[in-house]
Amino acid sequence: MTATTTAPVAAPRTGAPARPPSARLRAWATRAPLLPALIFMIVVTQLPFVATLVISFFDWNSLYPDARHFTGLDNYQEVLTDPDLRHSVWTTVLLTVAVVLASLVLGLVLALLLDRRFRGRGIVRTLLIAPFLVVPVAAALLWKHVLYNPEYGLFNGLLHYVGGPQPDWISSTPLLAVEASLVWQWTPFMMLILLAGLQSRDHEQIEAARVDGASDWQIFVHLTLPHLRRYLELGALLGSIYIVQNFDAVFTITSGGLGTANLPYTVYQSFYQAHENGLASAAGVLVVIGSIVIATFALRVVSSLFREEVSRA
Amino acid sequence: MSTTAPHARRVRGKGAGLGLLAWLLGIAFFLPIAWMALTSFHSETDAATNPPSFAAALTLDGYREFFGAGGGASPWPALINSTVASVASTLLVLLLAFPAAYALSINRVRKWTDVLFFFLSTKMLPAVAGLLPIYLFAKNAGMLDNIWLLVILYTSMNLPIAVWMMQSFLAEIPVAVIEAARVDGARLPTVLARVVAPISLPGIAATALICFIFSWNELLFARVLTGVVAETAPVFLTGFITSQGLFLAKVCAASLVISLPVLAAGFAAQDKLVQGLSLGAVK
Repeated sequence: MTATTTAPVAAPRTGAPARPPSARLRAWATRAPLLPALIFMIVVTQLPFVATLVISFFDWNSLYPDARHFTGLDNYQEVLTDPDLRHSVWTTVLLTVAVVLASLVLGLVLALLLDRRFRGRGIVRTLLIAPFLVVPVAAALLWKHVLYNPEYGLFNGLLHYVGGPQPDWISSTPLLAVEASLVWQWTPFMMLILLAGLQSRDHEQIEAARVDGASDWQIFVHLTLPHLRRYLELGALLGSIYIVQNFDAVFTITSGGLGTANLPYTVYQSFYQAHENGLASAAGVLVVIGSIVIATFALRVVSSLFREEVSRA
Repeated sequence: MSTTAPHARRVRGKGAGLGLLAWLLGIAFFLPIAWMALTSFHSETDAATNPPSFAAALTLDGYREFFGAGGGASPWPALINSTVASVASTLLVLLLAFPAAYALSINRVRKWTDVLFFFLSTKMLPAVAGLLPIYLFAKNAGMLDNIWLLVILYTSMNLPIAVWMMQSFLAEIPVAVIEAARVDGARLPTVLARVVAPISLPGIAATALICFIFSWNELLFARVLTGVVAETAPVFLTGFITSQGLFLAKVCAASLVISLPVLAAGFAAQDKLVQGLSLGAVK
């Protein structure tokens, strides 16, 4: 254990290039700490996906296991032509775009407000983060029962005081109801990312612009927004990755009813309730293809941010 | 002088107005949680009224009901399962991610950025993409309704984030410190345990908190792969999805109790939370 006993280790290092076997050995020694994590990830995430891909070419209902047979691209054709499934693709897009855009804009407003000094800024920040920290199922239950309920929900309770109408929120605007709850949860996340962006601005540059007579609006449009672009992109992409996969809110608030079933919910339903393994897998593969489209773009943005950091180091 | 004073006052006036606006928005965002907390302390009849009862008597009945006093299912097994799954997978994540981050930041493997991006890319593979084979495997291996299967899955869910976060923390450690230890003849495990870990302890703690939060929150895997024995807290909560009116105080108490660990961990790691969620890209 005592570190000093094996001191000569440093000496033979200089002769290394002449001896390839030891170089190879050293390369493996460098790799070794990485391997457990790498192998674990490949086994637990990549192998199941390959299996999904294989299953997606089979007609396989787990209630009739003996009828299982290879069916080529039939599952994909069925997924793409089934009106319910096509609708769930559309719902996924609508849900993701609406939630990401709304939470990004709201998050930007909040970040700009919190970037200024005012009394109790720390408390307001903490209040704003809280929605993001409620367990997603609990947040969805909160919206479903405590806020939206037409008879005793808080929204209609408050409307009662101003003599407003008493709508049944979930059945009259189901998708909007799911979206509102997700915007509430995701706005704090966007705010935190954008706040980090605002606080990394070059304040001397802003001072210089102000001395030159630039208005607040001009500073915002010409200095702040361009600087925030990266952070806006990052927020949008990370938000998309999480919201495309959303299951909790759809499952809890509407149980996929009233036209709110998104792809993850549909995949869940087609194998958990309908036992259609082949169809579910094909739908799952389509979710992956959709995610890859977003992800390629996402990786580019993240890698440009990352390179910036590496070059800074 | 005489021209700057009114200007300063105007700026301050605007600043106060915007500060007030920030306060109002902060309260608006927090209101649902505050209302949920108040409702959880009301009796079921007071909870389900329109207009809402602000001044109704406070009671702990909602909490008593939640913890099974009224003959309902006890939440303790679910809470214990969630704790085991979250803590165990967090430990496993740290165990795997820490050496990996070392190989990606200090003693770097070749093409280390590619490896880093491989980890990140697995995060973009939707959970539903592998759910069915995992379910079938678990069924055949007799691992359905087994908490340790969730531990493995939660580890794969959080490992990429942990590797990214730790990589960015470890990259900040001065090379000279590690070189010095190595020249003294310390082997890798010693270097990791005695030199790197103590320096990066705050980063490791933040990573652990974020992994804990994600595991605690997870629903889809837990819903599909567990049943009676290994049910987690979010799955327990889904039992309230269709309960109407009668149990509003209980639903609120349940939601708050189950969110409490995440709220505590999240407030503790506010800044690191962003960095972790944005996979180390934002500092």
